[in-house]
Amino acid sequence: MTSLVVETPGLLTTVQDLGRIGFGPAGVSPSGAADPIALRLGNLLLGNPPDAAALEMTLLGGAFFFPDGGAIAVTGADFAPTASGRPIEMWTSHTIAPGTTLKFASTRNYARCYLAVAGGIRVPLFLGSASTHLVSGLGGFEGRALRKGDILQIGEAQKKISERRLSQVALYSLKPRKKLRATDGPQTDKFPEDVKLSFFRTVFRVSEESNRLGIRLEGAHLLASVAVEMITEGVTWGAVQITPSGQPIILGVEQQTTGGYPKIANVIGADLHRLGQLRPRDEFRFERIPLAVARSLWIEQERLLNNPSQLFVV
Amino acid sequence: MRFCAASDQALLVYVGEEVGLPAHQRVLKLLRSLQAKPPAWLRNLQPAYCSLLVTFDPCLVDHSAVQATVHDSERRTDTGRSIKPKTVEIPVCYGDEFGPDLEIVASAHRLSRTEVIQLHCSQTYHSYFLGFAPGFAYLGDVPPEIDTPRLEVPRKVVPAGSVAIAGRQTAVYPFSMPGGWRLLGRTPLALFRSDRKPMQLVSIGDYARFRPISRDEFLKWESR
Repeated sequence: MTSLVVETPGLLTTVQDLGRIGFGPAGVSPSGAADPIALRLGNLLLGNPPDAAALEMTLLGGAFFFPDGGAIAVTGADFAPTASGRPIEMWTSHTIAPGTTLKFASTRNYARCYLAVAGGIRVPLFLGSASTHLVSGLGGFEGRALRKGDILQIGEAQKKISERRLSQVALYSLKPRKKLRATDGPQTDKFPEDVKLSFFRTVFRVSEESNRLGIRLEGAHLLASVAVEMITEGVTWGAVQITPSGQPIILGVEQQTTGGYPKIANVIGADLHRLGQLRPRDEFRFERIPLAVARSLWIEQERLLNNPSQLFVV
Repeated sequence: MRFCAASDQALLVYVGEEVGLPAHQRVLKLLRSLQAKPPAWLRNLQPAYCSLLVTFDPCLVDHSAVQATVHDSERRTDTGRSIKPKTVEIPVCYGDEFGPDLEIVASAHRLSRTEVIQLHCSQTYHSYFLGFAPGFAYLGDVPPEIDTPRLEVPRKVVPAGSVAIAGRQTAVYPFSMPGGWRLLGRTPLALFRSDRKPMQLVSIGDYARFRPISRDEFLKWESR
């Protein structure tokens, strides 16, 4: 089995896959890659199963030494990746020679960059998933972010990796947007009409205190006076909660599973990966769309992701 | 039953509008029934006081189809195996740095610290559901004499093992994490361990009691 060595970990680098599904009754959220589409595409470029484990880097990347070489793909945000000092193209599979160091700098555009390796990262699974759940210290590599000197095992790769890259069509349709599309949340009706209107008009700013659990927003504290009483209930990834102080919090991939704050909106499934690419100080607005449209956007996106002839150019 | 779309891939099923055992029993029955015969489109089930959040694969079904299945499950009587509830005793060191809100809760209700502790330990609590974080059991009902609202601004870090109240609910934080509940004390017990079966100390439908312990007992327990 081959391995990779962490020379520098970067700001926050964790092992992630597509999460653990179905453990809500124990209070365990799915977790997984904050931009699951970038992770899936990285894996597909290498002939891995789409849910193989890869490295998720945040804002500032690390350096990783491959003593035996291998095949890799870099997806998500552009962290100016280099292989032994030479820039490498993103969204493309590359074969790297033994002794290569892959180095990542700070981001040039979005929040999270993924390093996928042919064969996937091998860690003991927790509830069927390799994802790191940082809050509980479970899953991933020893339940924590990577540190200098960590050695990670790499699984058996497909026999032959042919070089391929993501098509322009796919890149364009999956890239981050200035507007996050959202459907109504379970308590939308309980907010006064003027509050809803200003919510969808406000340009929000991502707070520094955002992470994989949630994205705190700054903007007009337009909702401070609104008291919406509700009983704690199950919450979804992308739910936009309004705290009593009027601050919106969008639940992230490593979300709490239940919550007692009212939800004014819910980011649509087809835009969830974009949530994972928001950086502190980024600005955006919400765009209100009907449920049926949100569902067809998801189905369309899944169709694209499951269609190699549209996704890749060889 | 009342239905509400939570997202484009999740449906909230409300089986009551009031926290209490009648709603809890309906949630539990619906949960067990769907767990006994999980449909292919089912991704996750998240029970709470009066509701069950059903997450589904939107490529396979839409909200109305999920709604129909939930309706059928509720009518079904073969709700799978019955699970026997257990009673868990949770030792707690109350006050001081372990329970920084004990004093505030006491003074808000014109009670002594001891009275607050006695009231918190006076009940056998029902575990309504696990949520928020792995192993976090929502226990109720806290005596009305110490009913205190959650903090306006949540703490960024609540230490693992913290025993807290919010309204008529009480719980133990399984991990060090952000939280808005009022902290009364701390337990040395692990609420969630991946190397234990079940991983959670308290499951949905179980019972829990709190018992005051001294600082010495707490430290002794922790060093074990």
